[in-house]
Amino acid sequence: MKRALFSNIWLPVALLLPQLVIIAVFFYWPAGYAVQSSFYLQDPFGFGSTFVGTGNYESLFRNNEYLKIANFTLWFTVIVTFFSLAIALILAVKADRVIRGAKTYRTLLMWVYAVAPPVAGFIAVIMFNQSWGPLTEFFALFGYRFQVGVNFNDTAFAMILTSIWKQVPVNFIFFLSGLQSIPRSVREAALIDNRSASGRFWTVTFPLLAPTGFFLLIINITYALFDTFGIVDTVVKGEPGNNPMTLVYKVYVDGFRGNDLGGSSAQSVVLMALVLALTFVQFRLVERRIHYT
Amino acid sequence: MTATQKPRKRIRFSTVMDHIVLTLGALFMLVPMLMVFQLSTVPDAEIIQRGPSLNIGDQLDDNFVKAMFEASGFSGENTGVSMLINSFILGIGFAVGKIILGMMAAYAIVYFRLRFATLAFWAIFTTLLLPLEVRILPSYEIVQSLGMLNTYQGLIIPLIASATATFFFRQFFLSVPEELVAAARIDGAGPVKFFIDILVPLSRTMIAAMFIIMFVYGWNQYLWPTMITTEEDMYTLVRGIKQIIQVFEGTNLPEYGRGNLLALIAVIPPVLIVVFFQSWFVKGLTESDK
Amino acid sequence: MAVVHFDAVQKIYPNGFEAVKPASFHIEDGEFVVLVGPSGCGKSTMLRMIAGLEDISDGVLQIGGRVVNDIDPADRDIAMVFQNYALYPHMSVRNNIGYGLKNRAVPRDVIAAKVEEAAKMLNLSDYLDRKPSQLSGGQRQRVAMGRAIVRDPALFLFDEPLSNLDAKLRNQMRIEIKALQRRLGVTSVYVTHDQVEAMTMADRIIVMNGGVIEQIGTPAEIYKTPASTFVASFMGAPPMNLLQVTREGAGLRLADQVLNIAAADIDETVTLGIRPEDIVPDPNGSLSIHVDIIEELGAHRLLHGRLEEQSITVHVPKDHDVTTGMSRFSMPLNAVSLFDAKSGRRLS
Repeated sequence: MKRALFSNIWLPVALLLPQLVIIAVFFYWPAGYAVQSSFYLQDPFGFGSTFVGTGNYESLFRNNEYLKIANFTLWFTVIVTFFSLAIALILAVKADRVIRGAKTYRTLLMWVYAVAPPVAGFIAVIMFNQSWGPLTEFFALFGYRFQVGVNFNDTAFAMILTSIWKQVPVNFIFFLSGLQSIPRSVREAALIDNRSASGRFWTVTFPLLAPTGFFLLIINITYALFDTFGIVDTVVKGEPGNNPMTLVYKVYVDGFRGNDLGGSSAQSVVLMALVLALTFVQFRLVERRIHYT
Repeated sequence: MTATQKPRKRIRFSTVMDHIVLTLGALFMLVPMLMVFQLSTVPDAEIIQRGPSLNIGDQLDDNFVKAMFEASGFSGENTGVSMLINSFILGIGFAVGKIILGMMAAYAIVYFRLRFATLAFWAIFTTLLLPLEVRILPSYEIVQSLGMLNTYQGLIIPLIASATATFFFRQFFLSVPEELVAAARIDGAGPVKFFIDILVPLSRTMIAAMFIIMFVYGWNQYLWPTMITTEEDMYTLVRGIKQIIQVFEGTNLPEYGRGNLLALIAVIPPVLIVVFFQSWFVKGLTESDK
Repeated sequence: MAVVHFDAVQKIYPNGFEAVKPASFHIEDGEFVVLVGPSGCGKSTMLRMIAGLEDISDGVLQIGGRVVNDIDPADRDIAMVFQNYALYPHMSVRNNIGYGLKNRAVPRDVIAAKVEEAAKMLNLSDYLDRKPSQLSGGQRQRVAMGRAIVRDPALFLFDEPLSNLDAKLRNQMRIEIKALQRRLGVTSVYVTHDQVEAMTMADRIIVMNGGVIEQIGTPAEIYKTPASTFVASFMGAPPMNLLQVTREGAGLRLADQVLNIAAADIDETVTLGIRPEDIVPDPNGSLSIHVDIIEELGAHRLLHGRLEEQSITVHVPKDHDVTTGMSRFSMPLNAVSLFDAKSGRRLS
């Protein structure tokens, strides 16, 4: 930490105050409130609430529907994370290598970063339109009737594909910058030491990208858990029904639509615990093991 | 003698493969958006008949007028123009608010001796851990109890309650050489002067990078605006997307052209900013998230 | 072990910049050749073309009698030591040194033995399990050397390997590298911008400037008979004095004296080169130099002054008493080099 350089007393307080007030009111208060209400059962008609201890949590983990959603979220997260990382890594390696058109490729591969998730979901709705969507027609070529919003797996496929499309650019940007930070001479040394391009990739480039990769792993898991809300909501067209949904979407549906504040809060707390665990893993395991300098 | 033999130009198979893969990747990214554009240029009847095609129609200006100026929804108050304005207010308000608060807090943390500095530091940086999504309902209740539903402050301020910008500027301020402060003090600059005359100008690139990232982040907010804005004149473009889809579902002759054009308009401003200020954006992104 | 043969090898970048003009020369088996020149002179590009890290635009390059223009770096039987060492940060010292062998399917026990042997030679035995980040600059340098040695290559390439070390370590490593090369007898090409390194290490020096080879020769030849004013001023510290002289009768006029040098076939103006140590204090000498500054260097002194309007440097022994102001000196005519004033080329 830098040596403190100015010794005024009230100025720093005044500078910090706005940030602290906003955080207190809109971060700590709601977070605490969520923890608190997760122990209460709220009357659906708004007539007060009763303390039920861990009741909300217990019913949560006994609820088959919730477990099913948790299971789906797990698979959804794994698939989206794996494919968006893999595709981005392949593209970044290629984009790092070409000379001609490098800048154009870079732009074309990163602009989707700026597309809002619900717009991505909107595009999916168009692509998979029941009667004329181009992807529906593509599947029809193989005799498969693709039905987004009706068939669980089809809907899940549309969500996953869209979520991958939306996430590839972020991973691409980070992988490319990670590749470009590998010293040129190290790659050249590898060029002299190893004649096989794939050998060089797996023994030199890939391990040197590992810190970026682990950082992105956490970012992608967080993305799949939370930021895909807009995609899920638009692909199911706001009608959850029997459609696949993620845990965050379930929090929203139960709390906002179903007015089950206690149950929804318990779900929020479970998600908070999940994020904290992820952060813990990031700091403890990853930072310690995978750093070279 | 080998000396006379000419070296041949190497055509590398792997280079050709690189270009093929990159082109496929670029198309994977681009084609869906080109389809949205194509659909906004043809009559709705044609879309219903044959879906997307390679035909670029002449309906773009018609759809533009409809999308921007014709009201939709129930109240008749959310035209494309009003949603566009709201989106800009959210994007810019969020970015500016976050940068100002972040810089102030980072300045206090890095440059002052404070008794509760460590506490403030941790209080602020804990917010990096939990995204708004996990505390969305209680946040809603609080905003509601403060009477801020359907207001810009209710829309923007809760989103600002995280420390990404503070963290980013803290990292940057720590990299500014200490001698600079010493020199400024010898030249008679106090903390306020130092901040305004030296630190802010030094941070210009950082501010620009942060602004781009925060603007896009704010512009693309969906869940929070969906909950907090129920009056249609408060809708942002991204918030309005769901309504467009619901209208598609509920009518016999959905206005596909207009819907697609609105989706396009919702995408164009952030995309242009990211593309044109690419180097700042990439720098900000890769340096802030670490 | 290998000879290296350059035949009109040229490098033109896609933007049209000609980094290396067609160059032809020959490096003998076991020879230590130093490529020296200011930054941007094309010496690194030359080395990188030998390594295969840079495409050869035109001409033919042979290593060990084999044309290598289109051969991948890994197949050229070379080893290279980089300026910033280019160690693999995620591998231990042991794996760094053994990596090239592992990729050539050398048996494990052979690799282990070779790595141990190289480590012993370089005093790295205690550090084999460390990561590069845990080593000092000098140790990293040795690891880079070790990586080159274990491969038993036909050719060593060095790209300014000492420029990141402090002065003391640099002197020490200079001697170690040279000794190592003598012992192993491997043909070596060494790039540097430091003329002291070039003079002390090379069997032969190649001086480059602006993509052109100015001169090839042994350190003594380069020092005594520089082929151009560029070489004369680049090699040697302090550099050779370069003075403008004009033709007068059968001789050349320098300041107030006429030098008795046969100058029949030359133009009106000529550049005369004389090393600072070849000018000797002489009360009866014919050169009147006004000494402005005396630099005390311990072992000797450097006098900076003027010969009429031209600046000149003189190197005198430490026990020679001098004062600022006018002094007389003389110079032996056989120590003088003459250059064409326009082209800068040496006149025979």
